[in-house]
Amino acid sequence: MRKTKRWWWLGAASALVLVWAAPARAEGEQFMPVPSYRVGPYAAGGTSLYGGFIDYMNLINLRDGGINGVKLTWEECETEYKPDRGVECYERLKGKGPTGASMFHPYSTGISYALISKVSQDKIPLVTIAHGRTDAADGRYFPYVFPLITHYWSQNTDIIRYIGQREGGVAKLKGKKIVHLHHGSAYGKEPNVVFQKQAEKYGYEAKIIEVPAPGSEQQAQWLEIRQFKPDWVIVTGWGVMNPAMLKNAARVGFPMDHIIGNFWTGSEEDVEPVGAAAKGYISAAINPSGKDFKVIQEIERVVYGAGKGNMVDKKRVGSIYYNRGVLTGIVSVEAIRVAQGKFGKKPLTGEQIRWGLENLNLDPARIAAIGATNFIQPLKVTCSDHEGGGAVKFQQWDGTKWKVISDWVQADKELVRPLIEESASKYAKENNIPQRDCAKEST
Amino acid sequence: MIYREAGQFRTTYAADQRIFPIVQDRAGMALLLAVAFVGVPLVASEYALSGLLIPMLVLALAALGLNILTGYAGQFSLGTAAFMSVGAFAAYNLQLRLPGIPLLVIFVLAGLIAAAVGMVFGLPSLRIKGFYLAVATLAAQFFVDWLFTKVGWFSNYSSSGVITAQPMAIAGIPLETPVRRYLLVLSIVSLLALVAKNLARTRTGRSWMAVRDMDVAAEVIGIPILRTKLLAFGLSSFYCGVAGALWAFAYLGTVEPQAFDLQRSFQILFMVIIGGLGTVMGSFLGAAFIMLFPLFLNWAFHAVVRGGEVRAGLLSQLELVCFGALIIVFLIVEPHGFARLWQIGKEKLRLWPFPH
Amino acid sequence: MAFFIEVLVGGLLAGVMYSLIALGFVLIFKASGVFNFAQGAMVLTAATTYAGLVDRGWSGWAAFLAALAVMIVFALLTERLVLRPLVNQPQISLFMATIGLTFVLEGASQAVWGSVVRGLDLGIPDTPLEVSGVLVSKFDLVASGTAGALVVILASFFQWTRTGRALRAVADDHQAALSVGIPLERIWALVWAAAGAVALVTGLLWGSRLGVQFALTQVALKALPVIILGGFTSIAGAIVGGLMVGASEKVAEVYLGPIIGGGIENWFPYVLALLFLLVRPDGLFGEKRIERV
Repeated sequence: MRKTKRWWWLGAASALVLVWAAPARAEGEQFMPVPSYRVGPYAAGGTSLYGGFIDYMNLINLRDGGINGVKLTWEECETEYKPDRGVECYERLKGKGPTGASMFHPYSTGISYALISKVSQDKIPLVTIAHGRTDAADGRYFPYVFPLITHYWSQNTDIIRYIGQREGGVAKLKGKKIVHLHHGSAYGKEPNVVFQKQAEKYGYEAKIIEVPAPGSEQQAQWLEIRQFKPDWVIVTGWGVMNPAMLKNAARVGFPMDHIIGNFWTGSEEDVEPVGAAAKGYISAAINPSGKDFKVIQEIERVVYGAGKGNMVDKKRVGSIYYNRGVLTGIVSVEAIRVAQGKFGKKPLTGEQIRWGLENLNLDPARIAAIGATNFIQPLKVTCSDHEGGGAVKFQQWDGTKWKVISDWVQADKELVRPLIEESASKYAKENNIPQRDCAKEST
Repeated sequence: MIYREAGQFRTTYAADQRIFPIVQDRAGMALLLAVAFVGVPLVASEYALSGLLIPMLVLALAALGLNILTGYAGQFSLGTAAFMSVGAFAAYNLQLRLPGIPLLVIFVLAGLIAAAVGMVFGLPSLRIKGFYLAVATLAAQFFVDWLFTKVGWFSNYSSSGVITAQPMAIAGIPLETPVRRYLLVLSIVSLLALVAKNLARTRTGRSWMAVRDMDVAAEVIGIPILRTKLLAFGLSSFYCGVAGALWAFAYLGTVEPQAFDLQRSFQILFMVIIGGLGTVMGSFLGAAFIMLFPLFLNWAFHAVVRGGEVRAGLLSQLELVCFGALIIVFLIVEPHGFARLWQIGKEKLRLWPFPH
Repeated sequence: MAFFIEVLVGGLLAGVMYSLIALGFVLIFKASGVFNFAQGAMVLTAATTYAGLVDRGWSGWAAFLAALAVMIVFALLTERLVLRPLVNQPQISLFMATIGLTFVLEGASQAVWGSVVRGLDLGIPDTPLEVSGVLVSKFDLVASGTAGALVVILASFFQWTRTGRALRAVADDHQAALSVGIPLERIWALVWAAAGAVALVTGLLWGSRLGVQFALTQVALKALPVIILGGFTSIAGAIVGGLMVGASEKVAEVYLGPIIGGGIENWFPYVLALLFLLVRPDGLFGEKRIERV
């Protein structure tokens, strides 16, 4: 009889889940879904990322009483970095809160792609900071997708430009040998197009080497690199590939200060396991690490002071991914603020917040007011440019922490923009998406 | 008492050979179909349809495919996700390069292409058995993964290798709402489930089971081993291919190799094992358990511990522990899976409320 | 030519690391007929416990012993709670139970120690060593030495001691072994504890290569082609298989890869193993299965 009882429980539970009604709605609050990944191979990064995000939202609530009085409320959903879990989380969270979800930050390229068609129908902005579909930067075809700050193509040009700076000018790049070592996935392949176009433009010898996912084995690749004797190695890595990359580079004796990783290949989690061998390694960053910024100090004072900090391991406050989460929070809050300027100081719908994102204009004055000088670059989002920024800073690992060694290096928009428009219009043609007329829409 | 067979006489061979010879079974199935086709779309929320039921049904289809191969024919395979991947990419390319073919025909063709690939990778089964075969099918898994990432033609030379699946339409009616997609998936899955159930009762099915039990003996009595095993691989891959196409078109909306990685193969194998090898019902129960239960745990934990202040990371990890422990508990209770539990339940029901 | 030797040597040494993982699988399969899917998770748990304790300030040896104790306790609990109720059940059910164990271990180790990535410093410098123009990694040499020693110890244990024979008997037939008087429970606990110890050593070596993080569970996948090549039940096969897989993988990647497009490391060992299996369906050194009709 015990067995049939178990069946009743399961049946009742499934019935509940099936006819899932909306939970208690809190009036007067702005709902933000938090599709985090705290389980699985990327949990270390995910925990810091979303921890920073939640901490910033808490800061706004506790210190300022919300955005113009409208408090933020959020709910987490575990995606485990998998596209199907991400879609399920999106479906679960999109209707919550008095006005639905404000925006969605999946921080996973796979999940972003899966949601692109859905967000247009549901009118919820999809914000893919530093990841996701690159050609969505052309907002004319992707009204609801915002690859803010920087995307893979811009970033690749930033890195080449920085190499040019180090070599004494982009003219000196001619004849140099540069390797692009990348993760064997869609993400890793993305910069190849731009990498080769720049090889044509600047005259360097480009070599592309793939590391089969997940990337824990790179011996053969680094022996190949040793044979090729490049001047620089650019790395598009993720997860376990990163420490393995550094270890293998050390093993073949390649100089660390001539390896430049992209903004997902340069966090504390990547270099700490390697220890002293990683000293001198350079990586790109859309936000620096450390606590020298007013906004981080405010979080520590207000949020952790009240015991409401999200990070269990407080040492992680100020790490690259944590700060990236804070950056996410800043961008989200400012977009909502801009939208409130037009639509009123109340909880807003996704459609209204989309307008806010599209008219986001973070100038140095506003950045200083937030306390994020040198933390976030100036952003100007428009109808046709959903990226808004395009620059990165470069930092170097000195054995214990990341030190910023450059200023914001701007992207090569002349090279990248035509490629983006070409790719976006190809997508639009395949899927019958009309082109928005930005001139008409600008308000 | 309710489930008694007493008084039900079958007077023709046809009546005796029905899938559901007992009236109560037929009534139960009719009720289930009515609820699934009519009741659920009326009552269920969009979230339940798009986020729970569609993926569960698609994965159940893939589990059905694997069940045919592993449960009925006894050939271990870990390449399920590879065949799903083949189906998805085939459907995308067919839709792209041969526009104008009706959607259902595309799914069938995609399934056939997957079947062909499956038969090729099934050739080693003639020589290799058991766990060795399982690990050998991993060659299929990794190779297909690599092929689709490497050869740009499959993904229409997109720079990232992730492609958006085209919108679906049957006879001009677009299938973009969750209800329509759900009904499409449900129809395809029920039809294929019926086919699988019937297959098991035919000569083919019986020869599979003979091969599973002892293939040397089967060969001795004259069952053509080559044809039988390859047919099992082919049919199983057909199901997986259709499931892959549905996954890409009706659920995710994108076609990328990463959605069909090794984790997915393992997931489907788990569904088949815990659902019950060699049963159609087991595929559905297993899919429901493996796919829905973690979500249920996620929802339950968050509902009980409201507010994000409690360590969310800890909750997620505990959900994982809970899930693993439950698998072990269920296996101890019934090592043959849920389907067996269901069978035992039905046996008990025949006697209820009498003790014997 | 020197480059080829470099790649080959690097591959052989990497292969020994693979055989270390494979050893854990083989141990358990040899003694209880169970394919232990949880081996990867055991590696993770052992390594995380060690790294977590060292992080807290424990000395290396104390942490090692503590991690070993944790693995032994885990072995005892597994035997009592999972294996004993499932005696004589079909292999597939036991396999599924180890999957449940995997989730439990993964969740528990990350819940207790957090998902932070930790470095593991074993005191072996990873600087390259030049031997007559060929680049060899010092770390890999130490690792292969350790793995080799472990293999020799375990092989002799199985072959020449009474307990070893008992283990082989148990793998052959649970019920027959029981009827002859072999204490099944104790044997299983012993084997799982031994596999746990192997997992700990594996975790330490791989952890210092990749950092102690969740991805350690995925190194278990590397061992699969090794065990199919070498045979599920052969310890010597684990070493030979590992060497073959490691060498062929790297050589293929460097020489064959550029022709086909690169990135073939993932599937090449499987295809190789598949081809081998066609000739020897039970692996190179595996026990030939005799089927009676």
